[in-house]
Amino acid sequence: MAEKYIARSKAIAARKLGSEMMIMSAMDSTFFTLNEVASAIWQAADGRTPLSEIVVGQICEEFDVDPERAQRDADRFVDQLSRHGILVVSDQPLVEFSVSSESQ
Amino acid sequence: MSLLAEMNQKALNLGLPISVHFDITYRCNERCVHCYLDHDDHGEMTTAEIVEVLAQLADAGVFFLTLSGGEVLMRRDFFEILEKARHLLFNVKVKTNAVMIHEEEAARLRQLGVEQIQISIYSHQPEVHDAITKLPGSLKRTIQAIRFLKSQGLKVTIANVLMAGNFDDQRGVIELAKELGVAYTLDPTITPKMDGDTSVLALRIPGSELKQVFHNEELVGNVEEFCAPPPPPGEDVMMGIPCSAAHTACYISPYGDVFPCVQFPLPSGNVRQQKFLEIWRNSAQLKEVRSIRAKDLSTCSSCAHVGTCTRCPGLAYVEGNMRGPSTADCEKSFQRTGIASANMLIRARADSATRLIQIQSLA
Repeated sequence: MAEKYIARSKAIAARKLGSEMMIMSAMDSTFFTLNEVASAIWQAADGRTPLSEIVVGQICEEFDVDPERAQRDADRFVDQLSRHGILVVSDQPLVEFSVSSESQ
Repeated sequence: MSLLAEMNQKALNLGLPISVHFDITYRCNERCVHCYLDHDDHGEMTTAEIVEVLAQLADAGVFFLTLSGGEVLMRRDFFEILEKARHLLFNVKVKTNAVMIHEEEAARLRQLGVEQIQISIYSHQPEVHDAITKLPGSLKRTIQAIRFLKSQGLKVTIANVLMAGNFDDQRGVIELAKELGVAYTLDPTITPKMDGDTSVLALRIPGSELKQVFHNEELVGNVEEFCAPPPPPGEDVMMGIPCSAAHTACYISPYGDVFPCVQFPLPSGNVRQQKFLEIWRNSAQLKEVRSIRAKDLSTCSSCAHVGTCTRCPGLAYVEGNMRGPSTADCEKSFQRTGIASANMLIRARADSATRLIQIQSLA
């Protein structure tokens, strides 16, 4: 299976609220809140790190989840957010989409 | 509870300022008859100062940012400020009269991902609208701007401030909004000027017209429900907070002054002298506003409307007591339900007591 690279879109509004992340799509004004695990994937979405590496290296390690299940959940999460233009997904690194951590 | 309401509740529990209304200038190209502002520049914050405040707001957890004025486009650095705000991932709403928005500005607003643009229109008739803004040709230019914004796919809301002089044109503005394909919101509130001058209050629509507004299904939805007598207040109502001012929201002026709300002129700190978060957490004024519960309100706690009134603590403060009634909201509650507020009953009793004593000259 091809590797997935994910980057945070710039056409969104986002802010951390406690342990969650609030996100609103500028494309369709859909409002999302991400839980701690989803927030961690979001934070790691730098366009350069493959999703599988984010899952294994950060999610499984930090939240003590089974890798297979974590990958499945992450794929679903990424698919949902990309449909609302919140995450950009590609099978190639997405350097031009990289967002600095200053923005959250 | 909607997701947004849940987030507001969470922000309240965490003591975070989720919304900030930031007036970046008081200068304006219109001179609206009802405006509460002094349009002279008394030392607005520089671009660098505003950018620094925006960074502090992001760090403090602010998500919803309203950029307003004055007219925001009177600042030549408006797009620089907006770009920074969007870089910091705020959800940005812009309030403007739009007369300076052309194709290029509309495209830029779209490119920067502004969530919503709110534009004031007072009438569908140029002679009425322009007489209120005192800027000839302003309605034509504003409508043209709305078309540019719509063509960019931006969300636009027409805000219609109702006054005695434009009340009859309300239907026309609703039709105009429909024709332009934008949302419509009305506001019957005229507030005293920031210097305390209350002469503009004479422009308010009379109670009978307010009643018409509250009984208009198109504006309020289910009239029977909207105008229903208030239910007896429970303990949760008496322990409730009056509004979001100082709890999850606040206002910053172009001079850096922080207030609980744009309608609540209680100076609570200045971001030129202190970090925003220090003011938010430690200001004695914000703490005082935060401490007030419905049970603490001097007259309103015994009022039938206490759980349903739109009482504005800022307007009450302008009337002299932030824990007291806001008579404009007493009037709204009365016109909505036909039930007099506690404040109205007290005033009526005082008036009749005065009439019992008649002093006549012995001569």
